[in-house]
Amino acid sequence: MKTAKTLLALAGALACSVASAWAADTLTIATVNNGDMVRMQKLTDDFTKANPDVTLNWVTLEENALREKVTTDIATKAGQFDVLTIGTYEVPIWAKKGWLVSLDKLGADYDVDDLLTPIRAGLSYEDKLYAAPFYGESSMVMYRKDLFAKAGLTMPESPTWDFVADAARKIADKATGTYGICLRGKAGWGENMAFITAMSNSFGARWFDEKWHPQFDQPEWKNTLSFYVKLLKDAGPPGASSNGFNENLTLFNSGKCGMWIDATVAASFVSDPKQSKVSDQVGFALAPNNGLGKNANWLWAWSLAIPKSSKHIEAAEKFIAWATGKHYIDLVASKEGWANVPPGTRKSLYANPEYQKAAPFAKLTLDSIMSADPTHPTVKPVPYVGVQFVAIPEFQGIGTTVGQQFSAALAGSTTVDAALASAQNSTTRTMTKAGYIK
Amino acid sequence: MATQQTRLLARAAVAPSVLMLFIWMIVPLVMTIWFSFHRYDLQNLDTYDWSGWENYYYFLTDPAFIQALIVTLTLVASVLVITVVGGVLLALLMDQPFFGQGIVRLMVLAPFFVMPTVSALVWKNLFMNPDSGLFTWISQSLHLPVVIWFTNYPLLSIILIVAWQWLPFATLILLTAIQSLDEEQKEAAQLDGAKPLSYFFYIVLPHLSRAITVVVLIETIFLLNTFAEIKVTTNGGPSTSNLPYLVYLTQQASDIGGASAGALIAVVLANIVAMFLVRLIGKNLEA
Repeated sequence: MKTAKTLLALAGALACSVASAWAADTLTIATVNNGDMVRMQKLTDDFTKANPDVTLNWVTLEENALREKVTTDIATKAGQFDVLTIGTYEVPIWAKKGWLVSLDKLGADYDVDDLLTPIRAGLSYEDKLYAAPFYGESSMVMYRKDLFAKAGLTMPESPTWDFVADAARKIADKATGTYGICLRGKAGWGENMAFITAMSNSFGARWFDEKWHPQFDQPEWKNTLSFYVKLLKDAGPPGASSNGFNENLTLFNSGKCGMWIDATVAASFVSDPKQSKVSDQVGFALAPNNGLGKNANWLWAWSLAIPKSSKHIEAAEKFIAWATGKHYIDLVASKEGWANVPPGTRKSLYANPEYQKAAPFAKLTLDSIMSADPTHPTVKPVPYVGVQFVAIPEFQGIGTTVGQQFSAALAGSTTVDAALASAQNSTTRTMTKAGYIK
Repeated sequence: MATQQTRLLARAAVAPSVLMLFIWMIVPLVMTIWFSFHRYDLQNLDTYDWSGWENYYYFLTDPAFIQALIVTLTLVASVLVITVVGGVLLALLMDQPFFGQGIVRLMVLAPFFVMPTVSALVWKNLFMNPDSGLFTWISQSLHLPVVIWFTNYPLLSIILIVAWQWLPFATLILLTAIQSLDEEQKEAAQLDGAKPLSYFFYIVLPHLSRAITVVVLIETIFLLNTFAEIKVTTNGGPSTSNLPYLVYLTQQASDIGGASAGALIAVVLANIVAMFLVRLIGKNLEA
């Protein structure tokens, strides 16, 4: 009898645990292996304590591998992931396709109005939010105060391209290995084309007109590319055509660049004495403009979204509300310090005096993000969303092909005119094949 | 002679491996052929439809295609010449008895064990960096003009990196071949008073021809797929985009149809090169 009772109790316990396992939601989260995301994984105890019925399963990948895996999963409706880490490039494309769940149930205390307006716009489609920003960035000018003082120059808060070019030529001292300006030159839609596209916006250029005809045969593009090539030839480092973000970061941190225009996220690296030789001499300014009302800054946000194929939408919403909410920022600040909180997403962070004290570049980061408008990125009207990219599936391919041409123009192996003609030709072909141009 | 039963048994025994081969090779190939005739874009599945030869037309008429083809062939031919000539010379040197022979052999072979991505990064950042690389330092020390490798000589730079990776392989195969040279033949040549050059051209080189064929065939197969070195150093930048890279660009745009057509064109071209090579030098293997 005793044995039977024990067996019954055991069976009951087993049934209960099976039932609770059945009731528990397992969220599979695909994420990128960037420092901020890895930190989030370490802090998830805070979430699972508050939501004991949800277990988390992480799939952490390098950026390109993540993009490939997540695209395949969502396009084929495989339903492998419940939460996706995607950028401002994918959100409008996938939302338009109806592949993402709109995020209007993130809870009363989520405060969606606290999100920075341009970031919110970049992650929305038809005024509905489809992804919540984890961290965001724009681009800005980082410069050496000592070299500027030596050359008798003062950097304005919002410099023009002419000022930047003159300053770069004055500062450049190739004999001592000091280059006036370091800019991206390595081919790639996320490398040189991110920079050149943002720059072209400030020159009044655009990728496509309202009928999707490529615009590389227009004078605005010629002005942009000629200016860029000449500037780097006169005052840039040798071999600029193979320099991307990392190469320029190394050059700047070793004291070889007078100016560097790149992602705001780099501000914390160049002002960190452990990484940078010139940390005490770095100043910041807005990305340059040409007096046309657009600055040459971009906009990017790594964000969390829920695919329609997820079977745990409610739990996924809870998780996203936790990871991108105000509470998470406070949690990171309490455990790792204010300098390490994910930047560029919320107005309240930039109003926080403690954060302003810990991050001297906070105000300019905010101003840079606020001056980017993904829905109206250019002077003339365009049919696309995105500041330094065009949010259409074909852009990754055409962006890199055009990037190769522009990189060749910078290297001197082709002329600016030939590079533009080739860009016009290849882009027209792809757009015709894809059916945009009839 | 095999009986009907043993033949049946043999067939049953190999059937699973044949089936595996079928699944692993034929199915993907057939799928690639099928997709190459479709408008199949992962991000736009609504347009999935039969497209006829459209994908092939766009790939073949892409101005980058001829460029990629030239780059691929230049890369393969240059690396083959460097590795075969260099490999023969190194193998001859390493065959001589000298102090520390084991260590030298190990050092010469080491690059083969370095992954392509790693070696590309090392060459790009430590050797060919125009600002702080070893070559720049040497040029400056000798008061010579600094060479900006990836800007002025992008293809040559990649050829050098790839050749550095494959030289050990050629050396290893050729060294083994030299060591298999008949001692009696060597002695006979010495007795006949053959001069070093004659000895090399009339005895060593003919003996090496088979090994050289193996090196050329194996290297060609791998060199036609060169990708990581280009991706890491210039990302296809000034005139370095080869055929696999062109397919990769299509794939990046999630255009499975276009990428499948590109991949099949690459397979056909690789087979033409292979057939040409086998015809031209493959006869050595039969000897």
